[in-house]
Amino acid sequence: MGAKEMETVQAIEDLSLFEFAKFDEQAGERIGYSDYSYWGSTIRMFLKNKSAVFCLCAMITLLAFTFIQPYLPNQKDPTKVYLDPNTGRQLMNHPPDSEFWFGTNSIGQDLWSRIWSGTRTSLLIAFIVGIWEVGFGILFGALWGYVRQLDALITEIYNVINNIPTTIVLTLLAYIMRPSFKTMIFAMCATGWLGMARFVRNQIIIIRDREYNLASRCLGTPTSRIITKNLLPYLVSVIVLRIALSIPGTIGWEVFLTYIGLGLPVNTPSLGNLVNEGRRLIMSPSLRYQLIFPAVVLSIITISFYVMGNAFSDAADPRNHY
Amino acid sequence: MQSAVTVFIVITVVFLLMRLLPAEGYFEENYDKLTPEQRENILRSMGLLDPWHVQLRNFYASLLRLDLGKSVVYRPKVDITTILAAKIPYSVRFGLGALCISLTLGLAMGVTQARFKGKWVDRLFTCYIVFINAVPAAVYLIFIQLYVSRMARLPILFDRFRPISWILPVVSMSLGGIAGNAMWLRRYMVDELNKDYIRLARAKGMSGAAIMVKHVMRNAFVPMAQYLPASVLFTISGSIYIESLYSIPGMGGLLVDAISRQDNTLVQALVLIFSSVGIIGLFLGDLAMAIVDPRIKLVRGGGAR
Repeated sequence: MGAKEMETVQAIEDLSLFEFAKFDEQAGERIGYSDYSYWGSTIRMFLKNKSAVFCLCAMITLLAFTFIQPYLPNQKDPTKVYLDPNTGRQLMNHPPDSEFWFGTNSIGQDLWSRIWSGTRTSLLIAFIVGIWEVGFGILFGALWGYVRQLDALITEIYNVINNIPTTIVLTLLAYIMRPSFKTMIFAMCATGWLGMARFVRNQIIIIRDREYNLASRCLGTPTSRIITKNLLPYLVSVIVLRIALSIPGTIGWEVFLTYIGLGLPVNTPSLGNLVNEGRRLIMSPSLRYQLIFPAVVLSIITISFYVMGNAFSDAADPRNHY
Repeated sequence: MQSAVTVFIVITVVFLLMRLLPAEGYFEENYDKLTPEQRENILRSMGLLDPWHVQLRNFYASLLRLDLGKSVVYRPKVDITTILAAKIPYSVRFGLGALCISLTLGLAMGVTQARFKGKWVDRLFTCYIVFINAVPAAVYLIFIQLYVSRMARLPILFDRFRPISWILPVVSMSLGGIAGNAMWLRRYMVDELNKDYIRLARAKGMSGAAIMVKHVMRNAFVPMAQYLPASVLFTISGSIYIESLYSIPGMGGLLVDAISRQDNTLVQALVLIFSSVGIIGLFLGDLAMAIVDPRIKLVRGGGAR
């Protein structure tokens, strides 16, 4: 103490060493502002994950291709039966060659164009059902979890719907509306939201009584605002995960429904129908290409969505941002 | 009490839904060959022409006598209990076998992954989990049946008297369970690893393996215990894919079959069994959770909300 401190004091007093800074209004504004943006950081984190970006690119290419494919030159009609030019009979189980890239199926339809047409159908079903599942599931789940008076009632509805076999509902719907694209979507939507609603409910029950929600409630915040502003933002990452998983889930479900005989009519190609057709021929090794091609395309789609969903939900969790 | 009401509602709804299906379904392919009078006689003998409330009352009356009724179409005039008694043992045996494998392997996988998080073991197992979860079971199961059976020289179809033919169905049945168990255990364990008591245990000088098994896994297993009783009970429902692929005479496709052939009594019996099993499973799950974690109390304590 003493000499050194005195020096400092003197230095401060020596005004010639300093100059006044100009007041800069813009710089003043800059303080207290962070350039953190939630979705910006989420996207940045997502892009850092190499395998997810790879899947995203693969998926965009594949999606674009399914829509462009019918307009490319030399494409075959997915539902037309091709005839053998020499014998005039159906070109059955023609192995893959330069004319029919993936071969033909058991009644002589071109497998290559059937696969792309089927991918279109299946993805469309998956997206529609996925969007419905998310919208309705979150709405119902949030009310179920947050509004206590509704808890017993919705739990009862859930138990009842969950325990009625989907097969009965589907069989009935198939009789009322005839099996078609719309029936399929309707039936999947009718039961698909249950899982999402239950998931959101469990998550909301975990956080609904935390102090910040208690405080909001004391201050008189309406329920709808607590749900949309306090609860749901907390759940973005888990909800995103569910959305991404619901797409491979719906495709797998379509395959299952086709397997038990409640799928789309055979003349509408879909991945479920194609896998099922291929499955019947599995015992003869030379015809296995009819299962392998659809199975590979199907697996690429489901695996990509699965990987992307996991990566995106990690990226959407603010605790992983920096 | 509440759950009994749920079962009651479910069965009533299913009963009424089955009555809404068109009458053609009851005749299979003979529909066009029969005259209208014959059709009516058959329907009357099935008791299907009574008003629905009478049918419902008859159904519950026989249920109270613990009589599930006789199958109508599936195996005509055979007691449903006889049909089920022949099928359930197959499904339960395969189901329990698969469950044991998927628990031991799945838990071991999850622990290894959490212990070596980010290392190559973790990545390898994650690839497996992604594959099994993303690819529909219908696809990978059939490839396993085709190629693995040839590579390992195992029989391709089930044969009751050759235990060697049981291996492939049990193993392929457990694949999904292994992936599921490993995935959830890993996630719960990774969450648990960041907590303070683990740091304390490490500071005391406990070995890594002992911490993993005695502390982390014990706590991470609690949420999984909820599902365990239900999955044991649901082994009676069998697996549609596996049983039809390997032609095992189990419960697998029975419900779907019964519905598509409109065997009302069989459908009602199955729905009754499955929904009671589901609800009992939920209840036993809560019990199991309380056993694994003594801090969970099922009876409402003073401090609980």
